[in-house]
Amino acid sequence: MPLLDVRNLVKTFSRSRGWWGRPSVVRAVDSVSFSIEPGETFGLVGESGSGKTTTGRCILRLVEPTSGEVRFQDRDVLALSREELRRTRRDMQIVFQDPYSSLNPRMRARTIVEEPLVIHKLGTKTERRERVAELFRLVGLDPAHLDRYPHEFSGGQRQRIGLARALALNPSLIVADEPVSALDVSVQAQVINLLIDLQERLKLTYLFIAHDLRLVEHICDRVAVMYRGRILEMGHTAALFRSPAHAYTRALLSAIPVPDPDTRPTRIEWDASGLDLRLPLRQVDQGHWAATP
Amino acid sequence: MLEVQRLTTVFDVAGRVLRAVDDVSFEVRKGETLGLVGESGSGKSLTAYSILRLVQPPGRISSGRVLFEGRDLLALPEREMRKVRGAGIALIFQEPMTALNPVFTVGDQIAEAMLVHGLATRAGAKRRAVELLDAVRVAEPDRRVRDYPHQLSGGMRQRVLIAMALACRPSLVIADEPTTALDVTIQAQILDLLREMREAFDLSMLLISHDLGIIAGSADRIAVMYAGRLVEQGPVRDVFRSPAHPYTKALLASIPGGATGRRLKAIEGSVPPLTELPRGCAFAPRCPDALPQCQREPPMSTGIGPGHEVRCYLHDRQE
Repeated sequence: MPLLDVRNLVKTFSRSRGWWGRPSVVRAVDSVSFSIEPGETFGLVGESGSGKTTTGRCILRLVEPTSGEVRFQDRDVLALSREELRRTRRDMQIVFQDPYSSLNPRMRARTIVEEPLVIHKLGTKTERRERVAELFRLVGLDPAHLDRYPHEFSGGQRQRIGLARALALNPSLIVADEPVSALDVSVQAQVINLLIDLQERLKLTYLFIAHDLRLVEHICDRVAVMYRGRILEMGHTAALFRSPAHAYTRALLSAIPVPDPDTRPTRIEWDASGLDLRLPLRQVDQGHWAATP
Repeated sequence: MLEVQRLTTVFDVAGRVLRAVDDVSFEVRKGETLGLVGESGSGKSLTAYSILRLVQPPGRISSGRVLFEGRDLLALPEREMRKVRGAGIALIFQEPMTALNPVFTVGDQIAEAMLVHGLATRAGAKRRAVELLDAVRVAEPDRRVRDYPHQLSGGMRQRVLIAMALACRPSLVIADEPTTALDVTIQAQILDLLREMREAFDLSMLLISHDLGIIAGSADRIAVMYAGRLVEQGPVRDVFRSPAHPYTKALLASIPGGATGRRLKAIEGSVPPLTELPRGCAFAPRCPDALPQCQREPPMSTGIGPGHEVRCYLHDRQE
């Protein structure tokens, strides 16, 4: 049974057009369906405006979806009461993109990591203290620095603090929304390795939202390509990168920079004019789906 | 074209002199692109600001020379320097949203520099703004010229910034992480565009990035900076095929996609803050191949091939 099952998820935003204009409706997420098995890393890729971040937030109900179904550990997340949602959220946590703005600058690292435990009234003060130190060590930080403020840490260290906070409640699913895109390449590698280690040690499941396809290829088991709110292609990472079925995926993959001065990639220009967003996903190979005619 | 000689830029902080750019020398030859690579805090952007004399206190250029078209920019009166900025050397910033003024149209902003430098009349500058938008492949340039920055996508804004940079016909363009905030496909387009513009406008370019993988296809030569010092420079092929400095090697290995296996080859530890720079080679504490002398004194630059130099005792020894 999948840990997370998303069916026909829709999120619309209405945008007003002046005082008298009729509001226009933007389908930020448009009938998105996918499921994630326990222990899997599932990648959601796309460019800005593709709806990948909104999809992640709808799953956690940080944004209320317009319609659709989200089943997590076989519970219907969208039907949960506030109290049930609060309890369910212990098992699904999010790590945000920007470690510079996602941590409260006036809180010490200790308080930031401890906060979820306090909110969920877990443990005594002493137990929480120990747990926070343990979490700090788990993400490769020195507990001696627990009383520092976010600005005293580097970007990579701040992302570790965000991760420690997300792990405080022992979640099974982590939605990682562009967790390393604000970091230098060399620091990215450290944080990615940490995510891999933590997954093995804590049996975590990841929904990895990213625009850097090089990273996605590296760490995701399966991947879905989003464009204007729709999933255009989905499959095992290796198969999708080797034989992309959708023209948009081909264009996206052809834009990946090649770290070799002698290889000029042949860029495939994306032409959206012939695109029919209404096309459903159809199976093109074992476990490989694409919205192609 | 541009020759930076032993440039040192320091910060005067709490009675200490912190060397943020330390004895940096390189040149950008006519018509070539030099890729300046380093992590945040390596001093790569500060090097660019030093070239244009845009360093703000408590920072100051403490020594060195910046020769541009035969003149030492560091010795020029501010009046002359103002003519160099924009008309001689143009800078393309990283954040297209913050680098554009939200209350002026794109056309006004492209025209402004030309008017300031007295290079065109008002009507002429307007006409040229449309031409430039067309040159950087903005569709319907005569309409877009009246748009405000918020009406454009990130990729379009970056194109506008490139048009602005080209407005006064500079001979050198410094692009500071021009694609960092952009999507992959847009990033590829902007890099292609910069390459095209270099040909079309006969430019030399200093391309600054933290990602070696991204500039591999754009640079003729690469200079790698670490903690304020240039640790290696050479032709792009030599640096990629036979990187000499352990830091360059590590940086190349950390690019995702190249390595096999799930874990990436990360560089453990982090760049030391300026206040805690080691006495010897700044990379020594993170270096897998560090020798005893690396802790004592920073190595000198050694030539290891045509135009390929490295600052590392491992290569000193082989000489």
